[in-house]
Amino acid sequence: MADLIHKTAAELAAVVASGEASAVEVAQAHLNRIGAVDGAVHAFLHVDTDGALAAAAAVDAKRAAGDKLGPLAGVPLGLKDVMCMKDIPTTCGSKILEGWRPPYDATVTARLKAAGIVILGKTNMDEFAMGSSTEHSAYGPTHNPWDLERIPGGSGGGSSACLAAFEAPLSIGTDTGGSIRQPAAVTATVGVKPTYGAVSRYGLIALASSLDQAGPCARTVLDAAMLHQVIAGYDPHDSTSLTDPVADMVSAAGTRDLTGMKIGVVKELGGEGYQSGVRQRFTEALEILSGLGAEIIEVSCPHFDYALAAYYLILPSECSSNLAKFDGMRYGVRAGDDGESSVEQVMARTRAAGFGEEVTRRIILGTYALSAGYYDAYYGSAQKIRTLIQRDFDDAFARVDVLVSPTAPTTAFKLGEKLDDPLAMYLNDIATIPANLAGTPGMSLPIGLAPEDNLPVGIQIMAPARKDERMYAVGGALEAALLARWGAPILTQARAL
Amino acid sequence: MSETPKISADDVAHLASLARIDIPADRLGYYAEQLEVILGAVAKVSEVAGDDVPATSHPQPLTNVFREDIVQPSLTAQQALSGAPSVEDERFRVPRILDEEQ
Repeated sequence: MADLIHKTAAELAAVVASGEASAVEVAQAHLNRIGAVDGAVHAFLHVDTDGALAAAAAVDAKRAAGDKLGPLAGVPLGLKDVMCMKDIPTTCGSKILEGWRPPYDATVTARLKAAGIVILGKTNMDEFAMGSSTEHSAYGPTHNPWDLERIPGGSGGGSSACLAAFEAPLSIGTDTGGSIRQPAAVTATVGVKPTYGAVSRYGLIALASSLDQAGPCARTVLDAAMLHQVIAGYDPHDSTSLTDPVADMVSAAGTRDLTGMKIGVVKELGGEGYQSGVRQRFTEALEILSGLGAEIIEVSCPHFDYALAAYYLILPSECSSNLAKFDGMRYGVRAGDDGESSVEQVMARTRAAGFGEEVTRRIILGTYALSAGYYDAYYGSAQKIRTLIQRDFDDAFARVDVLVSPTAPTTAFKLGEKLDDPLAMYLNDIATIPANLAGTPGMSLPIGLAPEDNLPVGIQIMAPARKDERMYAVGGALEAALLARWGAPILTQARAL
Repeated sequence: MSETPKISADDVAHLASLARIDIPADRLGYYAEQLEVILGAVAKVSEVAGDDVPATSHPQPLTNVFREDIVQPSLTAQQALSGAPSVEDERFRVPRILDEEQ
């Protein structure tokens, strides 16, 4: 069957359910696409051809037996390499885990398998999810399908690029400071960071435990909603997992009228430092939202100006502690064990050989911030700012239903452009970080191309904690209005690979 | 914290030893320079919050999430050891931990 790879996940599920094409045919079409274009894109670190075809065959057998199929059964997906998958190489983009095969599935992985979703392989990422470009992957960067010389965002650049390159209609990302949303913005795809605790972190290799959250990535709001529904929900293996029932994201994504919806524009996220084409498309999106019946209100969140500074103390502090377990003793690579050296020496050699520069930088920074004498001034103060940012969100959500901003200050920059300037790289996440600090949900949705460079721009939609369905309502309505205006999905304008 | 702290190569060497990362001597200055720049940019965190603002360590107010103390299925020893760089007698084999005279 022609053109399976350009279908949405919802369409592919219907194709499989109706028997128009088998799940094996769908999987094979995507594996063929990966074979054809991934040499140029490098979205995947590992392609599990046999496993994918076996999972697809199992869906076909289930259908043949007359069993009921899940709503996404037979739909292929790219899994970010931060998620453990039993017996499948899981590196987290790091040399220190090269060759490691987890003895268990992450809860997200297990839920995908149980839903009949076909996992094609593991997607590329910045090492241990530290970065905004995938250039910190130990296995080389991923290239943006819109322009192969440019970054696909990060850390989940493999998960965004595989969607934009039509290698998979769905992927899983994780978002600690924007690693789902910023890659979505720069590739014209949809990425959702759910409320903290909505999706289990069990088997997600931790970067910063109080900030990390896994979520769905897709090419449409409906597809993201369907995937959200599969992976969300209480998990006793994660002590921070929310016990709330999962709201109906799929119905919310069908919203087309926003009458009565109050949308707050965050004054602090926009203006200076934001590219002119980004601001232009964002302003147009506000006009469209207004045309759909929403009331647009400017709100101020004054402490957002301190979010980046607080984040770059809290994240390194948590990561320096979380990454202590990678010491070459129980799993992964061990270096410099000559039979003479002490365990400390071998650990230090292993970590020097196994960690890249950005990981080393953040561990050193976190070690400093947690040192005696500096703890109160740095980590303690950053935690207070976290409180102030939560209060800013509370005040804003007392006035409006959702908040919006540009997702990222610029379109995709060139590979190599910011590699030697960590601070410039960190600024990519300036608009996405507040939601991580507060534990609130955020979505990025494509709203067009910046006129000056013809590269994608994303809008960020933020909702109160545990109100993720509001993002799907606003996103679904905005997406439909934009589609009507464009006449075709935005990704049809991407450079043909 | 109005002035940015100065970070020397020796400071980085000390931090690297605490963090168990064997950074080559000729790279210490490079990291020191960058650390100083980053600390300069984040030092403003101490400007804004007074003593009356409580700290937030976690976005959800959860405390002491326990389960019943009942044995659950878990990994076998063989599975748990499957990724180890070195194994002996169903245990992780590690380099010497104590000096010989200890």
